[in-house]
Amino acid sequence: MRSFGPNEVFYILAAVRWTLLLSIVAFAGGSLGGVVVALMRAGSIRALRWIAFAYIKIFQGTPLLMQLVLAFFIPGIFGLDVDPWAAAAIGLSLHASAFLGEIWRGAIEVVPRGQWEASGALGLRYWAQMRLVIAPQAIRIAIPPSVGFLVQLIKATSLASIIGFVELTRAAQVINNATFQPFTIFGLVGLTYFIICWPLSAYSRRMERRLAEASARA
Amino acid sequence: MNYTFEFAQVFAAWDELAYGALRTLWLSAASMAIGLVVAVLGALAKNNGPRALRIAIDAYIELIRNTPFLVQIFIVFFGLPAIGIRLEADQAALLAMVINVGAYGIEIIRAGIESIHHGQIEAGRALGLKPLQIFRLVVLKPAIQAIYPSLTSQFILLMLNSSVCSAIAAAELTAAANDIQARNFRSFEVYFVVTGIYFAMSLLFWGIFAVIERAFLRQPAVR
Repeated sequence: MRSFGPNEVFYILAAVRWTLLLSIVAFAGGSLGGVVVALMRAGSIRALRWIAFAYIKIFQGTPLLMQLVLAFFIPGIFGLDVDPWAAAAIGLSLHASAFLGEIWRGAIEVVPRGQWEASGALGLRYWAQMRLVIAPQAIRIAIPPSVGFLVQLIKATSLASIIGFVELTRAAQVINNATFQPFTIFGLVGLTYFIICWPLSAYSRRMERRLAEASARA
Repeated sequence: MNYTFEFAQVFAAWDELAYGALRTLWLSAASMAIGLVVAVLGALAKNNGPRALRIAIDAYIELIRNTPFLVQIFIVFFGLPAIGIRLEADQAALLAMVINVGAYGIEIIRAGIESIHHGQIEAGRALGLKPLQIFRLVVLKPAIQAIYPSLTSQFILLMLNSSVCSAIAAAELTAAANDIQARNFRSFEVYFVVTGIYFAMSLLFWGIFAVIERAFLRQPAVR
């Protein structure tokens, strides 16, 4: 049995980069998909609204773990071989698209109707209205809950360990299997997640409070 | 695409799936019930307790909310034996879920308490309501109305999250899926069906919660 020393700590901490990279990729992918979902959901075409609604409900109504497991096995049906990294990145991106889409739809719909009417009266078309008038206001509202979701997503990357991607949690399991110091190892890992997530949570909360105060004054 | 689907082998294990689904429901309901007790006690202590206790509760909330549930369950199942507490997988799963939902519940309960203003209680008294009527109509009902949406969505979230308990092989639906696919290697079919069962359970609870809200909690005069 190996002992739990500096090398083991280093191995675990080095795996943080995979947790961070997976979080960034999933958040970027989720942002792209989320914009599409939000525009479909807040738009005026009924069929698209409905498709986006169903997409969101499916991801809100099934376990993330099952979403990742299916992202791992579905490509196999088509004869494609995906590694755990690709499966986790795709699965988490699709998952994030649904949740960010729903958050951003809410932010778009909070912008008063008069803003649409006024910009329409100025002769702006949909894309110009969205880009110049609606989005700048919606983004301000959307930042705190989006950062809040980013925290959820960082924590969610730990589930990639179950489909075999070696990130922080999986690295801890590997080391634990060799050294058997579970309390220390998983404690260290929990603390590492906390150090990443807590500042983001605090930031999201502070922004939310500031926004609430601003809208209470207005 | 020359993949042959073999769903028959999944449905042959319907009894395991049904048992797993029931275990998932039980695990979710039990941890929600116990977690709510933790949440109410935590909320009361955070609002009225001594300073040290308030800080401890804040630390508990922040630690749980900013670490993955998977790591929490590993600490409970693999870590606690190191300090002499040895739990079965099912017990560890329940404990980890209670600890988790308790932390989220405290903030929900606190929001419910804060939604009641003292002036409303005085107004109830001025209208000649009896103490029990005041508690029932002025305190309890509006508080439940205020927290009902977050409480019910927390329950569905908890139920879906319970699939993570399969990582320590606690008996529930995802673990049943793992067992079945380890026998017949129909991974996609098994997980697809199980995902469908989870979705059906979510739809069922969304429906039940909406009916309950419409039947008992709609009160246009509120706010």
